Amino acid sequence: MILAIVGLILGIIIGILTPVQLPAGYADYMAIAILAALDSIFGGLRSGQEGTFDGLIFLTGFFANTLLAALLTYAGDKLGVNLLLGATVAFSIRIFNNVGFIRRHLLESARRKS
Amino acid sequence: MDSKKWPVYVAAVSVLLGVLLVAQFRTQEYIGTSVVPTRRLEDLTDMLRKAEAQREALEKEVGVLRRQLVKAWEGEHAVETVRQELARVQAVAGLVPMTGPGVVLVLNDSRKQAQPGESADLFLVHDEDILKVVNELFAAGAEAVSVNGQRMIATSEIRCAGPTISVNNTRIGAPYQIVAIGDPQTLDSALHMRDGIIDTLKAWGIQVRITQVPSVTVPAYKGSLYFKYAKPVTSGSETQ
Repeated sequence: MILAIVGLILGIIIGILTPVQLPAGYADYMAIAILAALDSIFGGLRSGQEGTFDGLIFLTGFFANTLLAALLTYAGDKLGVNLLLGATVAFSIRIFNNVGFIRRHLLESARRKS
Repeated sequence: MDSKKWPVYVAAVSVLLGVLLVAQFRTQEYIGTSVVPTRRLEDLTDMLRKAEAQREALEKEVGVLRRQLVKAWEGEHAVETVRQELARVQAVAGLVPMTGPGVVLVLNDSRKQAQPGESADLFLVHDEDILKVVNELFAAGAEAVSVNGQRMIATSEIRCAGPTISVNNTRIGAPYQIVAIGDPQTLDSALHMRDGIIDTLKAWGIQVRITQVPSVTVPAYKGSLYFKYAKPVTSGSETQ
């Protein structure tokens, strides 16, 4: 958990120090990549706490989800349907689910200690 | 597998998330700043209104001065005054060639091939396009404009004439060379306004080349000028 937050801060510092900026047209893709990253992080935290973490599944899951979401967004652009919305909803539900599990897990371990 | 190393993986993706967040934030900020704020818009409207009021006052002054000028003609310098005024009126009417700084603009038909179902018409330079460019140039303060050597005067038309365009009742064809005298910088930026005329033309692949030139000559109007129906109002002051 702490390491994840440290990583996030490190990433933000790297981002500020390097002049990364994408054309405005790619804002949608960036947004979906951010959601995919968030989803992976919470998924990883949850499985880590449950002791079922698998590095390979974690990394392939992250890249596969990001690619699929980007593909959906691209296809949606071409078809004139906002498929980005579908990916957003799917990711959001998973994030909420995982955060719920993490919260319960933290509460349980806190109760056990006290 | 390595279930003990999970924080490292999560941290690695967190780093990526941080970079992405900053990049996205920058992009959104950029989108935000490229729009004119409403406050600025109000200021500009106010300035426009003031400038218009000033212009009206100046127009009234011009009227008064013109009347004084007429009186002055009756004086001893009548001939010289008339000659000077004649030269000025000829310049205004477009009867003498003019020279000065300005822009030269060349428009040519698009090189894009029309896709099946698309009309080839879309990729040609139309009378409307020329009209809009000329209009934009005058709006930006151009003092003399010619299209393929045809000087734009008060009665000039720009009209579709089959595959060609009729200007001053003369047929002209592509490429169209539009020459305008005025502040080169202002004329250039007026044409390049966002979503302005050049943006629109380029969307259709129309070839546009604009060059700012320190000195260019706009020819005089070559046609005949006579009024069959219109007569100047002579007696009294302006009629409404």
